[in-house]
Amino acid sequence: MAALRSLLSVGKNTVPVLLRREFHGTTPATLKVTVRDALNSALDEELERDEKVLLLGEEVAQFDGVYKVSRGLWKKYGDKRVVDTPISEIGFAGMAVGAAMAGLRPICEFMSFNFSMQAADHIINSGAKTYYMSGGMLPIPIVFRGINGASDGVAAQHSQCYAAWYGHCPGLKVVSPWSSEDARGLLKAAVRDENPVIVLENEMLYGVGFELSEEAQSKDFVVPFGKAKIEKQGSHITLVSHSLMVGKCLEAAAVLAKEGIECEVINLRSIRPLDIATIEQSVIKTNHLVTVEGGWPMFGVGAEISAQIMEGPVFNHLDSPVYRVTGADLPVPYAKNLEECSLPQMKDITFVVKKSLCNKL
Amino acid sequence: MLVISTALRSSATKSAARGLAVSRNYADFASEATFETKKCDCFLLETLPPTTAVLTREQGLSYYKTMQTIRRMELKADQLYKQKIIRGFCHLYDGQEACCVGIEAALKHEDHLITSYRDHAFTFTRGVPVKHVLAELTGRRSGCAKGKGGSMHMYTRNFYGGNGIVGAQIPLGAGVAWACKYNGTGGVCVAMHGDGAANQGQIFETYNMAALWKLPCIFICENNRYGMGTSVERAAASTDYYKRGEFIPGLRLDGMDVLCVREATKFAAEYCRAGKGPILLELQTYRFHGHSMSDPGVSYRTREEIQEVKRTSDPISLLKEKMVNSNLASVEELKDIDVAVRKEIEEAAQFATTDAEPPMEDIANHIYYKEPPFEVRGCHPWIKYKSVC
Repeated sequence: MAALRSLLSVGKNTVPVLLRREFHGTTPATLKVTVRDALNSALDEELERDEKVLLLGEEVAQFDGVYKVSRGLWKKYGDKRVVDTPISEIGFAGMAVGAAMAGLRPICEFMSFNFSMQAADHIINSGAKTYYMSGGMLPIPIVFRGINGASDGVAAQHSQCYAAWYGHCPGLKVVSPWSSEDARGLLKAAVRDENPVIVLENEMLYGVGFELSEEAQSKDFVVPFGKAKIEKQGSHITLVSHSLMVGKCLEAAAVLAKEGIECEVINLRSIRPLDIATIEQSVIKTNHLVTVEGGWPMFGVGAEISAQIMEGPVFNHLDSPVYRVTGADLPVPYAKNLEECSLPQMKDITFVVKKSLCNKL
Repeated sequence: MLVISTALRSSATKSAARGLAVSRNYADFASEATFETKKCDCFLLETLPPTTAVLTREQGLSYYKTMQTIRRMELKADQLYKQKIIRGFCHLYDGQEACCVGIEAALKHEDHLITSYRDHAFTFTRGVPVKHVLAELTGRRSGCAKGKGGSMHMYTRNFYGGNGIVGAQIPLGAGVAWACKYNGTGGVCVAMHGDGAANQGQIFETYNMAALWKLPCIFICENNRYGMGTSVERAAASTDYYKRGEFIPGLRLDGMDVLCVREATKFAAEYCRAGKGPILLELQTYRFHGHSMSDPGVSYRTREEIQEVKRTSDPISLLKEKMVNSNLASVEELKDIDVAVRKEIEEAAQFATTDAEPPMEDIANHIYYKEPPFEVRGCHPWIKYKSVC
């Protein structure tokens, strides 16, 4: 935790420290930390803990990371552990998988997951499948991380969400943090996992501050995969989401609460493995389910949840069909007015919640 | 499992020939002989591998037996494929034996190797017994990948397959070399590819990074003149594959001469171990079979060409000739080895065709490593498999 503390006291970008108890020399129980700093501290701690861990990617070293997530790490750990790569996604992703095969534990950053498409062959064919094809001889302890999904005005080629594509593949684990606690815990768990893990971060969340409990600040804090978190309890309807959209769901829930509609908001945290059990428990309570994601509708995360809920034991608890709120089924446009309509907004969530509550089966 | 590779590697050092415990007296054979090898074409190199090579009797017998074993193993695979006991893809290596045997003879215990889908021979030279290679081809539980990988996905210690995607093994191999450098093991990684794969973009990305970071990686192009059905002239603007590294030194040599391959690989390994960075070898070789078992191999090349190469450049015949002419072994002795090898392959095939298929309980295992047991969905919601390891 020393890393986080020193980062906060020295950091040139403003990290609001909510509790000023440190003036009196005592440690505050919780700390407000941005997702960026949470990721930074996670990387720092894992690099420190295990010398086999290394970070590679474009601009991660001397530039401190395009989004400053790896700020200070190259200065601290040097060229061997924090490596600037040329712009060669399929090349360096393949080399990272090869290094993992030979016993290193690389964290391979894609400047955005849009660029990971070039490297997808190595993520899936070399990464995800090798342990199986080798009959258990060759595990691949690698992390692929980077920003995913929509940002602000970056247009179609830089706005795609890869949760469904990577979530589709056995042999991978796919996680999608929302809060700082998610970011720290999921990234640390990913580095310690013996398998290929995709960590889908979101650029829009990097600057957002969240409270971190004392436990979440500790060096061995990990968030288990396959366990969703109920961010807000409610009894009328279940909203399931991941990443940036969790925040939108909570905003929608606050607005709906004023109208007497109590939403239960579930933060998936983990795309694969998917915690369907937590969703099922919630549906038994609320009888209504709406999924919210930034990705495209067809064959998406919401589609999978709908199918599993329908096939599973809580189908008869539904009083309405499962509805999905998703990105619009088109490449993301640039113009602000068009872009807004291509991604779920709070009004879309509240609209669908009300539809669900009215459209009884 | 490590017997073959250890034997090949240890016999590369100039040790005195040990007497073989057989009934005949081999005292009147030479213990070693020196041969001339063809000079390599070179690129960005001031020194070259030597043009002479010493072959001890022990080494010669070892290389001969290994190459013959590979030859018979591949021909057996051909037979089993035609009987539909081997399914899917099957890419055979006969004709190219001098490459894998010569390379293995030059490597050390701490070295690594990765290759493409044409991997049965390397799986053997890297230490997997023939019966476990064949059992993997026949999809049985004693296959080296428990029957779950098949022809293109065979692995063992310091051998990373067996890769189905053309060219993918090159960045992977450079990554292994990266780990060698990172861990300071002194090991090198040999990353094999073919003339077809040489046009893959990821190879050039890898050359750049390997050279930039001075990774101890020996890139080897087995140029067998055809990428599937496309001859090198029809696929490549430049067929000087040993120059493709641009800023990486390269050698082009005769891949049908096991000694030439060995000396060049030794040279390359020393280069890498000295911290000079990667190096690229092009081995000119030939495959007697088509690209795979679904390719007769005669629509894009003539039978006459195949026959010509078999007649003049068969690597096993070339070694045999060398050994007999310099009194390192007799024709009869080598015939005895042929007989022993045939018997061994027959037994291995017998094993591979009678061993049981993998148990159904294994279907969902090996998805994740060190994971607590979890359920895996089968073909419909009522089928659930258990993944326990």
